[in-house]
Amino acid sequence: MHGNSKDEALKALAAKRWRVAGALTVAMLVAYLGFILLVAFNRPLMGHQFVPGLSVGIVLGALTILFAWVLTGVYMSWANRKYDSALDALRR
Amino acid sequence: MNPTTPGTRIGQPNTTAIVFFLLFVSITLAITYWAARKTKTTSEFFAAGGGISAGQNGFALAGDFMSAASFLGIAGLVATSGFDGLIYSVGWLVGWPVVTFLIAEPLRNLGKYTFADVVAYRLKQTPVRLSAAVGTLTVVVFYLIAQMVGAGNLIRLLFGLSYETAVVIVGAVMILYVLFGGMIATTWVQIVKAVLLLGGATALAVAVLWQFGFSPSALFSEAVNRYGPEALAPGKLVSNPLETVSLGLALMFGTAGLPHILMRFYTVPNAKAARTSVFYATGLIGFFYLVTFILGFGASVLVGRQAIVGVDKGGNMAAPMLAEALGGTGFLGFISAVSFATILAVVAGLTLSGAAALSHDLWSSVVRKGHAPEAEQLKVARLASLALGILAIILGVIFKNQNVAFMVGLAFAIAASANFPALLLSMLWKGFTTRGAVASMLTGSISAVVLIVLSPTVQVELLGNASALFPLKNPGLVTIPLSFVVGWVVSLLAPEAEAAARFAEVEHRMHVGAGVAPPVTVPAGVAGAVPPGVPEAPQEV
Repeated sequence: MHGNSKDEALKALAAKRWRVAGALTVAMLVAYLGFILLVAFNRPLMGHQFVPGLSVGIVLGALTILFAWVLTGVYMSWANRKYDSALDALRR
Repeated sequence: MNPTTPGTRIGQPNTTAIVFFLLFVSITLAITYWAARKTKTTSEFFAAGGGISAGQNGFALAGDFMSAASFLGIAGLVATSGFDGLIYSVGWLVGWPVVTFLIAEPLRNLGKYTFADVVAYRLKQTPVRLSAAVGTLTVVVFYLIAQMVGAGNLIRLLFGLSYETAVVIVGAVMILYVLFGGMIATTWVQIVKAVLLLGGATALAVAVLWQFGFSPSALFSEAVNRYGPEALAPGKLVSNPLETVSLGLALMFGTAGLPHILMRFYTVPNAKAARTSVFYATGLIGFFYLVTFILGFGASVLVGRQAIVGVDKGGNMAAPMLAEALGGTGFLGFISAVSFATILAVVAGLTLSGAAALSHDLWSSVVRKGHAPEAEQLKVARLASLALGILAIILGVIFKNQNVAFMVGLAFAIAASANFPALLLSMLWKGFTTRGAVASMLTGSISAVVLIVLSPTVQVELLGNASALFPLKNPGLVTIPLSFVVGWVVSLLAPEAEAAARFAEVEHRMHVGAGVAPPVTVPAGVAGAVPPGVPEAPQEV
């Protein structure tokens, strides 16, 4: 009985990890494909300089790189704090 | 600010560069000597005994990924065409979050040395490992050829050595690292190289920005004054939007299928260290690409596009020429030595992952059905490393004067279509079967190779034909979905009850690790201690 509820809880936790991972993957894909599609289909916008020397394309590219790192950080801090401690509690 | 025209010492023997390089090689060989005494088991040979910390592995992952192609190539692309270089940088980075979210932890919890451990976990060992080895070895060989040919050509320009000498030096030193020091030495070579590369590139970028009052926009403005506003807008690279998307997908999912990257997740003690190490790696690589972007613009303004293209058509000498313009021969020597070291470290990592496929997947699991004694496994692993090293030297010499740039794209396309779909399906889908896995991996490898052969890169640029049967240079857009669909359909056609029945076990272990005892903390700094979480490869089902 106890084993069963523990199994259920583990399953739920695993499903939750996949949901978080999936949502973050989609966020990354959307940002990246958004950048690529803008590059491919809206060249004038990407070349527009809103400050001399800084074009929309350069800023968006740098932001995509930064975004990728921030997303990784968000996942890591969620997993290190919430997921791992929940997992440890279940393993006991 | 006038462009510094010729007077460059590039192409002549450069004593400073050679001294720096010898220094790097002696330090890393000392590391190898130290590591060799710690490398007594297969776990130590392939996975450094799981004793690498998250921070160390973050640097090593970054080191594995920051190849000379991405440093010199992207700097050159930015220098000669401006913004387009950033498209590559972004594409090469966004695979990392995907690796963190989907791959790193399950891989660490389920596998032992190779990604085939994960795919084969609940499936039939022999067919799965055979087809996984096909994918791995194809990726490794193409990537190796690209690196070796790159090494030969770069070293000829940077050090004034002959092409063949360069290839033999790279091959021989790499064999020493892998053969004697295994993963422990390879990891430390990566760390030393990553620190030098990041440090050198950053110093160079600071020197560039100094000239522009530390304002990147002032630097970019100067490029606009000289080359027009096109420098800051998408250019030739994106003449075909589908092409851009296809390349993007291959870069994104290819990272999650590169065998030498995946192998790094077995060097850390647990899933937490695995995910943390990718976070560090992503930050380091992202920073590196932004720095490279500054270097490219710096070179186009301070050295000048004409001078750069005059030395090397591909623009690969942009960063070294910038170093020479700003810091003289000494700095040129340093950057040249770091580029050489970079190639050395990347080929060592590649060779080790190829050796793992040959000895762990093919010999120990397929030929000996998991019954090979430890000493024999280690011997086969060393023989495989030696053979791959010699093969790399031979291929490097054979492909001299060939344009091999497409091989890196090919390696990513195969990794993305052969390895990634099978890996993901095996972790996520209960209904995945042995036949589905084999079909998916073989479809991915074969379709990627065939479509590249039919692509404009090979048909038009290499063979000089007027047109190509397949319109895209990178096949990812077709081959990645194809591999998923084939794996799915073939699995549905003939369900495998046993594989489905064992999925619960996979699921449990994927999240919990070995999942019997509560986590036992391994004392920090005990390299070579096998943590309790290291699973054994499952026996033949």
